[in-house]
Amino acid sequence: MTAPVLRVEDLSVAFHTRNGVVRALDRINFAVDAGQTMALVGESGSGKSVTAYAIMGLLEEAGKITGGRALLSGTDLVACSPRALSRIRGRRIAMIFQNPRAALNPIRAVGRQIADVLLRHGGATAANAKQRAIEALQAVGIPDPARRANAYPFELSGGMCQRVMIAIAVAARPELLIADEPTTGLDVTTQAVVMDLIQAMAAETGMATILITHDLALAAERASRIAVMHAGHMVEDCDTATLLAQPRHPYTARLIAATPSATGRLEALQSVPGGLPDLRRNDLPPCRYAARCERRAEACDRVITMRDIAPHHRIGCWNPLEQAA
Amino acid sequence: MTTALLELESVSKRFPIGRHGLFRRGHVPHVHAVDDVSFTVGQGETIGLVGESGCGKSTLVRMITRLLDVTDGKIWLDRRAVSEVPAALFARDDDRGHIQMVFQDAGDSINPRFTAFDAIADPLRRLGGLRGEALRARVEEAAVQCGLPVELLERFPHQLSGGQRARVGIARAIGTKPRLLILDEPTAALDVSVQVTVLKLLQQLKAELGLSYIFVSHDLNVVRLLCDRVVVMYLGRIVETGPAQAVFDSPAHPYTRSLINAIPRLDGVRHTEGRLTGEPRSPIDPSPDVCRFYGRCPMGTDRCKTEMPPLHALPGHRQAACHFAA
Ligand SMILES: Nc1ncnc2c1ncn2[C@@H]1O[C@H](COP(=O)(O)OP(=O)(O)OP(=O)(O)O)[C@@H](O)[C@H]1O
Ligand SMILES: [Mg+2]
Repeated sequence: MTAPVLRVEDLSVAFHTRNGVVRALDRINFAVDAGQTMALVGESGSGKSVTAYAIMGLLEEAGKITGGRALLSGTDLVACSPRALSRIRGRRIAMIFQNPRAALNPIRAVGRQIADVLLRHGGATAANAKQRAIEALQAVGIPDPARRANAYPFELSGGMCQRVMIAIAVAARPELLIADEPTTGLDVTTQAVVMDLIQAMAAETGMATILITHDLALAAERASRIAVMHAGHMVEDCDTATLLAQPRHPYTARLIAATPSATGRLEALQSVPGGLPDLRRNDLPPCRYAARCERRAEACDRVITMRDIAPHHRIGCWNPLEQAA
Repeated sequence: MTTALLELESVSKRFPIGRHGLFRRGHVPHVHAVDDVSFTVGQGETIGLVGESGCGKSTLVRMITRLLDVTDGKIWLDRRAVSEVPAALFARDDDRGHIQMVFQDAGDSINPRFTAFDAIADPLRRLGGLRGEALRARVEEAAVQCGLPVELLERFPHQLSGGQRARVGIARAIGTKPRLLILDEPTAALDVSVQVTVLKLLQQLKAELGLSYIFVSHDLNVVRLLCDRVVVMYLGRIVETGPAQAVFDSPAHPYTRSLINAIPRLDGVRHTEGRLTGEPRSPIDPSPDVCRFYGRCPMGTDRCKTEMPPLHALPGHRQAACHFAA
């Protein structure tokens, strides 16, 4: 057994706002191994992005880590100074976002932006940075890279910009890549190519990938493990095939039943009743899904902790679905 | 066979680019945004319009809703050539209320200072001339039809959930009793948890009100659930049409195949055949003799670059524009 690249332990985050304290993350636990793609899925507001930002040390002013650790190959990122963190970002962990054009500098040619990162983190020298940037563009499949290196972000399509972001992200061969909705808003055809590229880069460098997506089908296709989040809790964490075939948390089962597949009919799909609870409430129940849950029982009033129910299968639920025979 | 509600006959839109003004000389280059597009939408039928961004879907929709004039061709609504009415005059046309749009995120397309009531009432005031009690009654009727509790009508968009905002957007569109609804990615901003209820609402409204839909979407899994037929566009032209199920089961055009293989599947089985690499060719004055998909197409023979394949009929009410589709 090798140690995981990232191990998150009991990570909690709260935002202090004028209207109260938002308990955005509550005791999140998971680990990602080298070369593995793990997906974080869940509804909007479930805490997927906050998890990513907390790990990266990029929470907004109002957001505070209130407990827990995030160990990157043994280094606790939560305990790191801002300076140490900024050295780790880009070099050991990289992140790509939903809107690549907004993440790039609009007034700097993309080749230069890649060269900047290569100079800072990638061991490039002033003499070879330009050439290495062109090679990086080539590696992410940008046609005519020498010419495109001089292009500005607005001159490139969304898919091209995302490739540039990927080139920047992997420039320093990071141990961990966090991709937050990397293909949302792109065409499905472009999405497929961008995801292929991310996975090829991961295979080549052995980096671990956290894929954040609201699209369970995308997670199913790309991740070997899926962790489901709901209202700041992790509710289920399992290998992909088992999670889809035998979900044990009622919320996971509901999410699957709501997701259109390649063959089912509309009549067969079911929505998830209710919505996320207001995370500013002081009296949040131990299980934040309880109000929406049809399996709610007396046991659900106990504090929830994630527990193993099978090898590599954890849930945070006291009254899980039966295991199918 | 259903009777046609909307008919597009060789509709094209070309936008001149480059320097305008008095002294331009010689040939002015044009973007061929929509090129020779023909299809019909039957009474009560749902057509899915799919294709990657920039393929001309939005331009086509803007011509159908008469925000934009056609360059060539005709658009018939119930046998009336509405394309002859200049876009500038159509806003006051009697048929204006018969075509309505539902946008992606109702929260973005509805004035944030409008209550849900105002948002739904707005087209009824402008197009239907409704006032007072008659207006209130019609707004409430549309809201109830869309499963929106009347108590929520006084709320502003930011006080509504995503699903409720989507219902406001739909109620706003059906208020004028349209015959055709154009739905532009109506559920793209919604979580799957609420997407299903909105899709079911759309299906139910269609059955109750006999509406026809043009459903514009990237999400082919959703298109398949809702649509009777699909129209697949590539670089301004139709490359394939046919009954949705048949097209999804056995796409005839290589572009459609790439599109369908690219859809992520819940069963996790990945289909990598026909990955689309590169970018589409330039839409500026494209050659009339070269297949628009040439260069990205896995077939790409010599014939494809000397002879543009016409959209031709295939068995089963299908059509494809490929020399090799049979
Ligand atoms: N700056 C902030 N101030 C207050 N609350 C915040 C802030 N940022 C996030 N939150 C809250 O934290 C919770 C988790 O949000 P997060 O953005 O992580 O969700 P998400 O799962 O990434 O959703 P999406 O799918 O919409 O991206 C939400 O309740 C959100 O409102
Ligand atoms: Mg997010």
